[in-house]
Amino acid sequence: MSVAPFARRAFASQFWRGTRRGIPVIVASAPFGVLFGALAVQNGFTVGEAVMMSATVFAGASQMVGIELFGKAIPAWMIVLSVFAVNFRHVLYSASFGRRTGHWSAWQRALGFFFLADPQYAETERMAEAGETIGFAWYLGIGLPMYLVWVLDAWLGALFGRLIPDTHALGLDFLLPIYFVGLLMGFRKRPLWLPVVIASGAAAMVAHVYVGSPWHVSIGALAGVLLAAAMPVGEEARTAYAAEREGTGGRS
Amino acid sequence: MSEIGWIVLAAAVMTYLTRAGGHLVLSRFRRIHPRVEAGLNAVPAAVFTTLVAPAAMNATPAEALALVVAALLGLRGGMFSVFLGGGLVLIAGRYLLG
Repeated sequence: MSVAPFARRAFASQFWRGTRRGIPVIVASAPFGVLFGALAVQNGFTVGEAVMMSATVFAGASQMVGIELFGKAIPAWMIVLSVFAVNFRHVLYSASFGRRTGHWSAWQRALGFFFLADPQYAETERMAEAGETIGFAWYLGIGLPMYLVWVLDAWLGALFGRLIPDTHALGLDFLLPIYFVGLLMGFRKRPLWLPVVIASGAAAMVAHVYVGSPWHVSIGALAGVLLAAAMPVGEEARTAYAAEREGTGGRS
Repeated sequence: MSEIGWIVLAAAVMTYLTRAGGHLVLSRFRRIHPRVEAGLNAVPAAVFTTLVAPAAMNATPAEALALVVAALLGLRGGMFSVFLGGGLVLIAGRYLLG
């Protein structure tokens, strides 16, 4: 009987820890969330449709690409494919996220995937790197407020988009690159960080020029990941893998 | 529902599939090969670099300066100082350098 309030308090404190980690991102992404709502209405969306896109897709860059294509005479399947191209990086997040949340129930993980945007993925990896377990309450704490504010941003933008002040002079249009640089530096102690950054950066820039905008993300990311996978595997990791495989192979 | 509504829903389903798909594929393997593991560990550096690359490539002097300051602050402090420092340098730089 006395366990329930205690558990509830622990849940709340973990949730709040996650929320605090997410506040900078909520601030940084707000201009984009509002801008999305404003642009969506300009491209022929109703206010309801703009809000629906933020509420169901919850992936800023792909939403921007999506509404940009709506304005032109482009077939529906091309729009959906472009959204997929922008979001392909999530496949990589997902593979990694699954490793970190092996202790969650299937439902918790199914919900977790819905919130798996860039900041949630980055914070999850940072927690794991610090040797901490990824709690469901903590993850909801970082994901849910960000989601609700993102939906609210779209609604405000769709309603009051015309009143947006000069985002350029205020530097609001450049907050996300600054945020991503900060995140990037946070992972610099990982093996092969610098070679991966150089490979991905070069590939992304070349792809941005020669292939075009949504694709530079997938192409650049794959270049860095493939480089890391192609580097010689350490003796320790190789023998551990071989030993485990023999162990399971003998049983099955 | 309108055509826009259906396209939005299709985009939402597609997005969810990317977020669940990587795990669904990987969880079919009992052991993760060391090369796959090394590749996954490189994901944050690889992806966040590509998200910054176009902005860095087309940066004005003020924007480039803001990115450098943000990177240097990222060596030490948390995200708040990165934001505050990078943002202030950007606003000042745009005001002074145009």
